[in-house]
Amino acid sequence: MADITIPKNLAVSDSGFLFLTSTGETFTLNEIGHFIFKQFQQNDSFETVKNKIAQEYEVDLNSLEKDLDDFIAQLKAYNLIETK
Amino acid sequence: MTKKRYERPIIIKHISGLMNKFGSNPTASYKSDIDGVAVEKLVEKFGSPLFVISEKQLRQNQREAYRIFKTRYPKVQFAWSYKTNYLNAVCSVFHQENSWAEVVSEFEYEKARRLGIKGEHIIFNGPDKSREALLRAMKEKAKIHIDHFDELYTIIELTEAEKLKAKVAIRVNMDVGIYPMWDRFGFNFENGEAWQAIKRIIAAKNLELVGLHTHIGTYMMSAEAYRVAAINLGTLAKKIKNDFDKVIEYIDLGGGFASHNTLLGQYLPAEQVVPSIEQFADSISSGLFELSFTNEEMPTLILETGRALVDDAGFLISSVIANKRLSDGRRAVIIDAGVNLLFTSFWYKHKISPAQPNGSYTENTTIYGPLCMNIDCIQDSIALPALKVGEKIVIHYVGAYDMTQWMQFIAMRPNVVMVMENGSVELIRKAENIDYLMERERVPEKLLLKKK
Repeated sequence: MADITIPKNLAVSDSGFLFLTSTGETFTLNEIGHFIFKQFQQNDSFETVKNKIAQEYEVDLNSLEKDLDDFIAQLKAYNLIETK
Repeated sequence: MTKKRYERPIIIKHISGLMNKFGSNPTASYKSDIDGVAVEKLVEKFGSPLFVISEKQLRQNQREAYRIFKTRYPKVQFAWSYKTNYLNAVCSVFHQENSWAEVVSEFEYEKARRLGIKGEHIIFNGPDKSREALLRAMKEKAKIHIDHFDELYTIIELTEAEKLKAKVAIRVNMDVGIYPMWDRFGFNFENGEAWQAIKRIIAAKNLELVGLHTHIGTYMMSAEAYRVAAINLGTLAKKIKNDFDKVIEYIDLGGGFASHNTLLGQYLPAEQVVPSIEQFADSISSGLFELSFTNEEMPTLILETGRALVDDAGFLISSVIANKRLSDGRRAVIIDAGVNLLFTSFWYKHKISPAQPNGSYTENTTIYGPLCMNIDCIQDSIALPALKVGEKIVIHYVGAYDMTQWMQFIAMRPNVVMVMENGSVELIRKAENIDYLMERERVPEKLLLKKK
């Protein structure tokens, strides 16, 4: 079961352009940010997302965990995700 | 399977209404080498942080400045401003390029002598010259630039007592339309004080007035002010010739030309607002030509340019210690070079580049140094890509004042290397260590911990 959910009122383009339809706010995601966001949209859990990145990218798990925590905190601050 | 290059996930919120009308992101490019020597290799061999000076850039700056002035005024002499950077190797490059030495303290004077500069090629400035220093300067025929009447009378007294001659100039302060007006050094032009000093020198039989000097300010953004200063000093030289039949050998317009560093709070980047050396040279030479000196009377123009010749030849390489997120959401990076090494970060918004290709997404970042002191902030806000721990950044334009005003505080001063014209790298100042730090200290016997 997913521990992070994405609100329905937003749209993400293939290039990482994010539009929050409820407020009109827009954002840009870099490649990994976009990758993570897509996984969360598919209801992947934090752990699953972490493992997928580790498989695909050259990164150690400690750094990845720190970066993911920081990224999720930012997404939360912008009201782009909900965590349980 | 080869994995993809990792970059920290980034999300950037778009802010409308605050368009950047000044072009592209200043940190979009990276600097992975200095004069062809890889930053990574430099750190591997000499550690981080590391000051790097480019010999090529120093020589290029000096030659270019000389050419610019010499093509506008026939008699030009540069004197290297020691206080701007008095590392022996740096001074030696300027001396090889025919610069004299401009010193403002006894130890700088001694440094210049040890580097082989003759007394007659030393300009001795500054408000604090001891009797011993003055005597030495007189004996070695240095050009003593008098700052105040007490110094003038000390020189008169010493020349009479020691039966010596002294070659002197006076420093003159003046209103050239610049705020703040620097009136703490020298004798004032407008209220007649400078003329009083000149008359007293002419009347003293052992003193020879060889020059007139002014230094109107620092990081000057107005070339016109130098024209006014040149006219004022030239007018004094003319009056000295008329009234006392004495030809002044040189007019010294000091330094103060701005470099390419951008000041904190300055809206536009320095490249767009700082006058070029050509503009300073145009103003000064046009000011001097307005006075129509004859060939015999035409004074040599001395320039004590420091910052504009050395700033862009100096780089500081530093490594990322940690990434942080501040309470208001801002990104912060801690690097291993603090304000103890980068004194100029208190007034400059330094250009900072990553030393490796990072992603093109940037975040507004605050850069802190490693010192456990709140003031240790290198830059409050700069757009930087995601940097990993251990990655390097290059801080540009740190050749002026950082390597003289730096201090041993919490962290020690690192190695300084010079990338030579042929691509080799020479260590020109060794990093300090605990022995160097404690060498000068003494602990009273009763304070020593007793050995059990």
